[in-house]
Amino acid sequence: MTRPMINITNLRKAYGDYVAVDNISFTVQPGEIFGLLGPNGAGKTTTLECLEGLRQPDSGTLEVAGIDPRKEAHKLRRVIGVQLQAADMPEAMTPNEAMSFFCAYLGVAPRYDLLDRFGLTAKRQTQFHELSTGQQRRLSLALAIAHEPRVLFLDEPTAGLDVASRAELHTVMRELRGSGTTIMLATHDMAEAEQLSDRVAILLNGRIATTGTPMEITATGAGLTKVSVHTKANRLLHNQLTFPAVTQSLFKENYALYFSHDIAQTVPAVISYVQAQSDELIDLRVERPSLEERFLELTNHNAPGE
Amino acid sequence: MSAFVTHFSFEFKTGIRNKTLLLMNYLFPLGFYLMMGAIMPGIYPLFRDTMIPAMVTFGILAATLLGLPDPLVNARESGILRSYKINGVPAASILLIPGLTTGLHLAIVALLITFSAPLLFAAAIPGNGLNFFIVLVALSLACSGLGLLIGVVSPSTRLTVLYSQVIFIPSMILGGLMLPYSMLPEAAQTFAQLMPATHAMNAFNGLAMGAVADFNPWASVVMLASSGILAFGLALYLFSWDSKNNQRSGHTALALLAFVPYVVGILFL
Repeated sequence: MTRPMINITNLRKAYGDYVAVDNISFTVQPGEIFGLLGPNGAGKTTTLECLEGLRQPDSGTLEVAGIDPRKEAHKLRRVIGVQLQAADMPEAMTPNEAMSFFCAYLGVAPRYDLLDRFGLTAKRQTQFHELSTGQQRRLSLALAIAHEPRVLFLDEPTAGLDVASRAELHTVMRELRGSGTTIMLATHDMAEAEQLSDRVAILLNGRIATTGTPMEITATGAGLTKVSVHTKANRLLHNQLTFPAVTQSLFKENYALYFSHDIAQTVPAVISYVQAQSDELIDLRVERPSLEERFLELTNHNAPGE
Repeated sequence: MSAFVTHFSFEFKTGIRNKTLLLMNYLFPLGFYLMMGAIMPGIYPLFRDTMIPAMVTFGILAATLLGLPDPLVNARESGILRSYKINGVPAASILLIPGLTTGLHLAIVALLITFSAPLLFAAAIPGNGLNFFIVLVALSLACSGLGLLIGVVSPSTRLTVLYSQVIFIPSMILGGLMLPYSMLPEAAQTFAQLMPATHAMNAFNGLAMGAVADFNPWASVVMLASSGILAFGLALYLFSWDSKNNQRSGHTALALLAFVPYVVGILFL
């Protein structure tokens, strides 16, 4: 097995009496997109900031691309790119100046083409405080990848972005992954995490509630799989039928909806019934529980008072 | 282009683009100079003899004590410093480069005042240009150091104003800018020697303007320079990247060490 690009072991960070991150461990493999999910205050940003060398952990070991962020900050800067959740730039700085300024300190040639790619062509000479929130986020992203980092940390990267910019960012993330960049993505957007991440960890109250691929995580929940069926003669709609493993059924427009805890039993039984009724199947869809549903299940389970 | 040149170029332009910095670097010092030049000689004719050093000193006080700290505090509070840290901008550059660019703005203001005051207000011209320049550099160093130190130790923008005014206002009143040091009561004279403006005016008078210095003018230059270097060093030591400014290497009170050269001056000169 290849050496992990990010390795966290027993990381703990407290602010006074408040424990933001409580003894967490996980690894991220090279070329992976790893989603760090959790509600506000779960410890996502603190974890990222410890990895980025912005905060000193109280205990535990950290390694990013073989570098200890606490001891080799200068080396770390060359291999990581960071889009901070709460970051700003001097108000009078233009995107062109920001690109030349930060690239000069990172020792690479300015990548003005990235400004064009992120839709900032017309805003290259506009001062930072005159840019919209979305434009500021896009500039921050362009700067984060200008030196072609081996590890990219994105903290809520699509917050404030419009649909087109969001899609462009997702394309860029896939391209970066394709070229071997490891991406750590902290987000509230479950659909985004499910769509992009190879693996995710859900943080709750500073601890990892679960980790795995989005598919693995959704499969471990108590969520029911939805089976939607539409037939030509609508035989399913006129009968209060029961099928194996179905706990709930309802009808919506021309579809019969069955919520099943075992689709291997439910789906063949539904098809057999349709055939037996000499009806014709027009559409049959199986929808597993989403990551968002699993996330809500976990957060509700861990809510205070539970 | 090196990182230093890129950073220096950006900071210099910011000193003109940013409205607050433009006010502190140029508009406030030049406006005050024009107003004092028009009013003071009528009230106190001898003001013409010290108008140029006094107005240059005022410009340096305004640009450094009032202009330098606030952007630093804002940058820390808004997360700009975190962006800098992530991208490998060293703390020394964050402190040193604004100090240097402010020095360049001050040199421009000093030239404008020095060349226009004799023509507009019949002000006395500095007799020794080299010494005038040396004192100017020493004062800029001392005040830039103090300005940056205030920015580093100030916990918020509200307190920044307070810290700056604690030095700026006594410097204006007791520093020999409006009234000669020799006219102050003895206790006020002792207190005034804690102010860089007092030493700057003493050095300007004794070394560049052909007047009699109240105490050793070269000692004043040495005190200004050593206080400035000490203040830069302390600012670097106490510098914090954190937006809440609670991860300093040492206690805030250490900043007062920047005044040690002036205290030594009071005790031994």
